[in-house]
Order: sequence, then structure tokens, then C-alpha cells
Amino acid sequence: MIQFDHVSKTFPDGTRAVDDFSLTIPSRQTTVFVGSSGCGKTTILRMINRMVDPTGGSIHIDDDDIATLNPVTLRRRIGYVMQNSGLLPHRTVIDNVATVPMLTGVKKSAAHAAALDLLDTVGLDRALADRYPAQLSGGQQQRVGVARGLAIDPNILLMDEPFGAVDPIVRRELQQELLRIQSKLAKTIVFVTHDIDEAFLLGDNVVILRPGGHIVQAGSADEIISAPADDFVADFVGANDGKRDLTVRERNGRRVAVDPSGRIAGVLRAEQPSDA
Amino acid sequence: MSWVFANVEQIWELTLTHIGLSIPPIVLGFLLSVPLGWVAHRYAVSRSILLTVSGLLYTIPSLSLFLVLPAILGTTQLDPVNVIVAMTIYAIALMVRSAADGFGSVEPSVRQSATAIGYSEWGRFWAVELPLAGPVLVAGMRVVSASTVSLISVGSLIGVSSLGYLFIDGLNRQFTVEILTGIVATIIIAVIFDLALVGLGRLLMPWTRSSAKAQRRRAAARVEVAA
Repeated sequence: MIQFDHVSKTFPDGTRAVDDFSLTIPSRQTTVFVGSSGCGKTTILRMINRMVDPTGGSIHIDDDDIATLNPVTLRRRIGYVMQNSGLLPHRTVIDNVATVPMLTGVKKSAAHAAALDLLDTVGLDRALADRYPAQLSGGQQQRVGVARGLAIDPNILLMDEPFGAVDPIVRRELQQELLRIQSKLAKTIVFVTHDIDEAFLLGDNVVILRPGGHIVQAGSADEIISAPADDFVADFVGANDGKRDLTVRERNGRRVAVDPSGRIAGVLRAEQPSDA
Repeated sequence: MSWVFANVEQIWELTLTHIGLSIPPIVLGFLLSVPLGWVAHRYAVSRSILLTVSGLLYTIPSLSLFLVLPAILGTTQLDPVNVIVAMTIYAIALMVRSAADGFGSVEPSVRQSATAIGYSEWGRFWAVELPLAGPVLVAGMRVVSASTVSLISVGSLIGVSSLGYLFIDGLNRQFTVEILTGIVATIIIAVIFDLALVGLGRLLMPWTRSSAKAQRRRAAARVEVAA
């Protein structure tokens, strides 16, 4: 559990990036911060591993006030995945994945063996282990980034727009991969994106932010789409412009749902789909 | 040419002395410039001061430096230490800027991600910043090496023997072959040093090789596609 209590952040130049932010992030679920650029979502994320220190309020991980923890030690037990992978360009794939375990004192051979297993986990060919990041595609680099984030088997995984820089097809693959990994590993994932569809797809909890880190609405995708808190949210999730509207039509004797562009989104059935 | 063969022993000896005088300032210059360059890169205030001062050092005429140093260091006029210290000062003058640029060439996103995954500042310097500054550092050291090897000769004017002796002696005797021999030998040393630096860089920075290879491979693939 990660708990923010009245957290604020004013940068030295006077910008108030986060203003009185309070939230409890549940364990073993994916929580997504979503909002347009400048809403403070990345700043909030970076406070969790003390890349940014708040100027007011407190943050607790389980029972520890993180302000009392050594930042370097703290970061070594929290996975971090960033946009453009953030891989070390002078280290091979396997060395990149094994970096953090080796920083914490794991022997090289053990770290490398574990790293190879992680390549399997994120769906990468082991043959890529000795390549350098520059020799991989953007999607492959991002997978290595995820593997590196998981390398210390952290309880918490921070993901800062990790799929923002890859093309839409690869992004969809990576999103599905993350869902698969998460269903297996059940980490506490805190994910930042400006893509509301990505937020709804990946997030058990979605937190919509306005500039200053103000929470406009927090809840499951269902709750937010069916009951947007205000016009800002309705606009943001596309509930106002009809983007998410489905109309029921009759086609060849079957009832289908049609999206605003006229494409068939699915077939309606009389019986309730089973929830098992 | 017969003069060269007749004096091969002396030429070889002068060459070895020349090399012996060149290596310490190149190594010392590197070791002193890297921390200075890092400080210049890290702290904006120190940057302009360090870079201006180091730039000015290079404008001190070498001959006057050779003459002043014994008074400062307490060495004798003929002590090779004078030449080594003077050359180290020039090496620093050239290298501090390169080192600052080298550290500046490390992508901020890479530095940030290294911090985020748990490198301490000290660990990050050795494991991330220094190696990634490597290509620029090597480029700077190639200039330092060439400059040192050529400047060492000036030391002969104050009596510290090196290949420069061949220039002075050749000039006094109006003997072109001797001067040319000095030039050729100096160039050969400079080229060997340069190749050694490039080789060392490739050995220590294997990723620069592979990314060049990957770029070639990608370029070749594009050509195939185009064809």
C-alpha cells in the first residue's frame, strides 16, 4: 500500500506542480494516473522512489515514511520503467536486466541466469541477450525495460509512460503482455499515461488528474465511464462527444452494437455473459 | 640517407627519450582533467571559470614556461620534470573542455534512469557517466597526444633532450636530412600513439563498435530494400 497524505511539491522556480494530493494506492493492483501534460502525474510517480522529494505532506509505503528511508536503497527495491526504455546504451541486454540485482550484491552468474528467465517472461528471444540496446527495435527495448524493472522482484513497479514512444500496434502488444504478466505476478503497479484508453485497459483503478495534481475522479473504468464526475471527465473520457456511444441496429436478423463511425463493435445476446 | 644509417643508434635513443617524456604528461593530463571536466560539467558556476582558466593556460608560451618552472618547482634547469609539468599543463588546458563536453554528451534520460534504478552518485559516475563520456574523452585525448608529442621538442631548446635535438642540431649545421629525420620520427610516434588510443577506445567501449556495425547493417538492409 502506498499512501499519499496532503502531498505538495513546489519546484525551486516557484511552479506548484502538486498541490495537496492525498490518495491510497492499493497493493497488488494496477493504479493508473492519467491526465494531460503538466498535470503533475509524473512528479507524483517520481515521489514514490524519491526521484522527487515533496515540499509538503508525507508518503508512506506500508508503514514506512519514505522520507526516513535512504533514497538509493529505496530505489533498489522499486522497479522503474520509463519512456524510451532508459536502458544503459553501453550495456548488453542481459547486463541491463542484471544491473540492479548486481548492485544489491547478487553474484553475476546468478543475476544473469535470472535475467535470462526474465527475457522469457517479457516475451523476448534469449538470442537477443548479448545485443546492445541500439541493436533492438523500440518495442524490444521497452520489453527489456520491463524485464529490468522486474529484475529485483519488486513489490512495487513504477511505469512512466512506458509505451508512449512505440507505434500503436506494438503498443497494443506490450499492453496485452503487461496484462498477462500482471495477472501472473500481481505487483503493485503505478502507471502514468496521457492515453485514457490505455488507462482504462490496464488500470484496476484509474485516477484522472487536473493540473496541480488535483484528483478529478478516481475509480474503476466502469465507474468513470458510466458516471463521469463532471464535464471535464466526460470530455476527457470522450463520453460527451459521442466517441464511446454504441447504437443498437438490426443486421441480418441479429442485434448488433454499432460505434459512431458505423463499424460493428459486437453482437448483442439476450442472456447475460457469465462472469466466471 | 647514409646519415640516418650511420646515426641510427642516436636517433633510436632520442626517439625513446621522446616517448618517455610524452607518456607521463598524456596520462597525468587525462587523470587530472577528468575530475576537473566533471566539476565543470556538473556545476554551472565552475564551468565558465574552469574553461576560461584552462583555455588561458594554453596561451602561455612554452619556452617561458620551461624557464619559469624551475623557480616554482625548485628543479634544475635541465630537469626533465620541467618539461613533463609544462606538457601536463597544456594537456589539461586542452582536455578539461573535452572532458566537460564528454560528460555533457551523456543523455540526461540515461543519467536519470540510472538514478531511478538505484545507482548512487559515485556508482553512476564510474558505471554510467565515465564510460558514456568515453568517445568524446578519446577524441580529446587524441588531440592531447598529438600536441604533446610535437611540443616536447621545444624542450630541447633548454637542453632537455628529445627528437627536438635533431631540429636544433640540423638547423645549426644547415643539414636538411637531420631535420627531416626528426620530423618523420615525431610523426611516426604521434601516429602510433593515435592508433593506440583508438585501439584502447575500441577495446574499452565495445558498444561503440557494435552500434556502428548495426548502423552499417541497417544501411545495407535499406539498400537491399531499395534495390
